[in-house]
Amino acid sequence: MSGAHLAVRSIGKRFRGLRAVSDVTFDVPAGAIHALIGPNGAGKTTCFNMIAGVFAPDSGTIALDDRPIAGLRPDQICASGIGRTFQIVKPFMGLTVEDNVTIGALARTRHVPEAREAARRLLRDLGLDDRRAKLAANLTLPDRKRLEVARALATGPRLLLLDEVMAGLRPTETDQMVAFLKDLNARTGITILLIEHVMRAVMALSQHIVVLHHGEKIAEGTPHDVTRDPAVLEVYLGQEDASSPPRSGGGGRRPEGEAT
Amino acid sequence: MSESLWQRLTGDVPRRALLALGGLLLLLLAAPFLLRLAPAGDYWLSLLILVVYFSYIGQAWNIMMGFAGQLSLGHALYLGLGGYVAAALYVNLGIGPWLGVFIAVAAAMLAGGLIGFLGFRFSLAGVYFALLTIAFAEFTRILFDHFTWVGGSGGLFLKVEADGSAFNLQGSPLLFYYVILALAAGAFVLCRFLLTSRLGHYWLAVREDPEAAQAAGIAVLRTKMLAVLISAGLTAVGGVWSAFYYKSLFPEAAFAMGRSIEVTLAPIIGGLGTLFGPILGSALLVGLGDLFTTLAEILANDYGVKAAGLKQIGYGIALLLIVMFRRDGVWPWLARRLGFERRPADDAGEGRP
Repeated sequence: MSGAHLAVRSIGKRFRGLRAVSDVTFDVPAGAIHALIGPNGAGKTTCFNMIAGVFAPDSGTIALDDRPIAGLRPDQICASGIGRTFQIVKPFMGLTVEDNVTIGALARTRHVPEAREAARRLLRDLGLDDRRAKLAANLTLPDRKRLEVARALATGPRLLLLDEVMAGLRPTETDQMVAFLKDLNARTGITILLIEHVMRAVMALSQHIVVLHHGEKIAEGTPHDVTRDPAVLEVYLGQEDASSPPRSGGGGRRPEGEAT
Repeated sequence: MSESLWQRLTGDVPRRALLALGGLLLLLLAAPFLLRLAPAGDYWLSLLILVVYFSYIGQAWNIMMGFAGQLSLGHALYLGLGGYVAAALYVNLGIGPWLGVFIAVAAAMLAGGLIGFLGFRFSLAGVYFALLTIAFAEFTRILFDHFTWVGGSGGLFLKVEADGSAFNLQGSPLLFYYVILALAAGAFVLCRFLLTSRLGHYWLAVREDPEAAQAAGIAVLRTKMLAVLISAGLTAVGGVWSAFYYKSLFPEAAFAMGRSIEVTLAPIIGGLGTLFGPILGSALLVGLGDLFTTLAEILANDYGVKAAGLKQIGYGIALLLIVMFRRDGVWPWLARRLGFERRPADDAGEGRP
């Protein structure tokens, strides 16, 4: 397993006239970890859904290792090498943890025992080993998030799309997930694109950040550059208004805050 | 990966459950001879035939609802179509049921495929899909009312022939009992096989969350289509059996809404998505039905109380109580009691939580 290069070119999407995403372009080179950030409603999940095939972009192209994938169905996108998690986790509630991941692994083999073996390995890696016989419905939220990651990884992706897998995790759990993803990336070279509000995780993981606001890309660069970009600060902290006194620091939402 | 079929089917099943299953099969095989010793043995055999029949078609319906999560309230369509095709081929063209059954299955799969494609392609889910299945069963009924080649609303009858034998599916209840028992046992093994396959896992995934299933690489439309095709085909075989057992077919009975509902009751009462649910459910249903019929007869004959509808009311209340107190069906609860769960210290079954 190795990483794939994702190329997103001028994609746009409207919902009943509302422009959710317009003219967004970015690259995630093979083996890189990039983050997609922005305030709520910025169009991050819409971008994800277009990459993952939930709906086709109205304009623009998406390619994985130069192969166009825009407009394919989600299962075809999965087969072409993209695994995803959902912002609102969607485990198969009535099935066991092991069955959840086995189903993901069946994307690569039609042999069930082989898929089960792969699922057990992943569950060990993610520290869910002792819960594999539990029903997914009986897991805590952090465990469900881990299960989502395990199921997505089981499909054998070369690009992993993570939609807010850190939200709702405690700082120590966040650090565990960050460590796991870093190790995974180092071991397998898998490309990772994450949507994240938890800046602690974004800063620790990503080499490059794309910032969306009102469906448009307003900045991109290294974490260091992006967090000092005036356009980004304006979006997160609010515009400096000449008629009102300067804020003393506590008013706006800081990128460092763990938005929920 | 060398894994024998036997291992695959029985791998994680507790030994005591396997022994109990073997015991049940032996008991069912010997049942006609044991019942001969009892008073009114023929009557008990006719009840047992019903139990096995409803467990067979319940198993077939369960593939769609219990495994793949698609509610069909029109399975009478496949029963009726299967029965009519095989019976009409026999009566009109002299094609025997053992050959006719294949054409009957093909016809039902065609109908199921059409309904499935219309429903799933245009993302009809839940009750809307169920309405589509009802609609198809209803207008097939109307179609057959006017279809004179198969007797129209006057019905289609299979004559009792002098040279009747197992080859044209004519004979004593004993023959029909063993045929339906073989079908039910076959369907049981087939369902177990499917559940341990990739397709079976995919069905459960689609049932639990179609969106997540698709993101995990599952072609949802194809997966649902396979469920409806297999379910329709198996159900049609039951329809052929039923047509030759009862020897008469009327559109208003063969495609009746009530018949569709009847198909669904055993798996719902027994436990959706479980293999034993349809078996246990049909035993309970037939048993309860007979109990209330007997009660009504005793009241009428011995006490002169004419309690019209007592059977239906009692039956209805009994079903209500079961559904209220055993929401997941009786089998998951009973399986826990008997220690038949897959893995000990495990809260998982093959059914819903």
